Amino acid sequence: MGTDAIAVRQLWKYYGDYPALREITLDIAQGSCCALLGRNGAGKTTLLRILAGLSPYQQGEVNLFGQSPRGRGARRTAGFLGHGIGVYEDLTATENLAFFARVHGLSDVSATVARWLKRVGLERVAKMPVRQFSRGMRQRLALARAFQHAPQVLLLDEPFTSLDDKAIAMLSELLTEARLRGATIVLSTHQLREALAIASDVALIENGKLRYSGERTPEMLSDPTLLYRLHTELGAD
Amino acid sequence: MAAKDLAIEVRTKESINAAGAFSIAILLIFSFAFDPFSDSMHEFAGGLLWIAFAFAGALVFNRGFARELPNECLDALLSSPLSASSLVLGKALANFVMLIAVELISLFVFGIFYNINWVKHPWALAATLALATWGIAVLGSVFGAMTVNLRLRELMLPVIIYPLLIPLLIGAIEFTTILLGVDPIASSDWLWPKLLLLYDVVFTAVSILLADTILVN
Repeated sequence: MGTDAIAVRQLWKYYGDYPALREITLDIAQGSCCALLGRNGAGKTTLLRILAGLSPYQQGEVNLFGQSPRGRGARRTAGFLGHGIGVYEDLTATENLAFFARVHGLSDVSATVARWLKRVGLERVAKMPVRQFSRGMRQRLALARAFQHAPQVLLLDEPFTSLDDKAIAMLSELLTEARLRGATIVLSTHQLREALAIASDVALIENGKLRYSGERTPEMLSDPTLLYRLHTELGAD
Repeated sequence: MAAKDLAIEVRTKESINAAGAFSIAILLIFSFAFDPFSDSMHEFAGGLLWIAFAFAGALVFNRGFARELPNECLDALLSSPLSASSLVLGKALANFVMLIAVELISLFVFGIFYNINWVKHPWALAATLALATWGIAVLGSVFGAMTVNLRLRELMLPVIIYPLLIPLLIGAIEFTTILLGVDPIASSDWLWPKLLLLYDVVFTAVSILLADTILVN
């Protein structure tokens, strides 16, 4: 793997007095795909939001390609897909993608939007307000929104959750393509099999602490709960 | 940013309908409290107008950042290269346009129901409207950003903003009263637009400097 795309050093994050993240030190190499695992409340979303520049932290250092996550350069290279789909209900699919394309400074907005609408199978409903979309259609639009500016760092918070089969296949395809073009991916998930199938590295967080980080091994792939049994206090569910 | 908000507003008409109706309702109600055709009406006209505009404005800037909450659109924006200050100023610009639309409709109604000639100093009145409305819009956007994640946002936002708007509203009321009055504009009266301009410059600068802190930290 190449140099580190993401470097986290001695990171502490508090919500009031509660330490949501404790002394996290993690390096994610450029071009790798890191599956961020852990139970509900472990700190996965908190870490992803810090990497996306959405949440401040109290101690430590976080860099994306050597820049602060809040820096414009870091945000230009990153694509974030959180729990929400991040599109406006009262705008059409075309208007949503065009808006975010302009926000990301893409040059040929119309062509990019048309290409991505076709890519995610929404070209026939391009002029329909998102309010009238089905759940699956919204999910696919969200993928287009997050991927259309070809981000070099993808930060995905439980991206497989609530996706239908078509959207899961689409997301897997997009992630594979992103890896082929050298993008760095960090995705948090409860779906161990899907995550371990595409991940090159794994990081396990429990109670805000990093319990394990390293390469994904064939043993993990054959027994997805192995990591939990070996590195957490409670073992796998 | 502003274009996106205005496109949504044109489609939904949430803010303009509510603020316009509220402003017109205030003006109509006050037409019963005061004799709208009395000769001294011009002494109250400025205050009356700006009370209507300020309270109607709350309905506009309350929706400003609230519009970004569904589907976590605010996260999508903050994780993009768009600067936080561009986000706040874009909101302010959209709020400004919406407020101006409400004010123009209200002025038209005002001219019908009250014995006031509001076209006597059209450019000075337009400038006053623009300066004061920008101040309301930018302050509404800054504090809209600050309160966006509060549970009692709709209650807190006006409570915080109105005391801060007092200097702006005083300047707007005084100069509007002068413009709608019978006496010519004295050279000392131009102090009020200068106050409005200073207010706008200060709070626009504050919004640019503090946007990132407000929205992320």
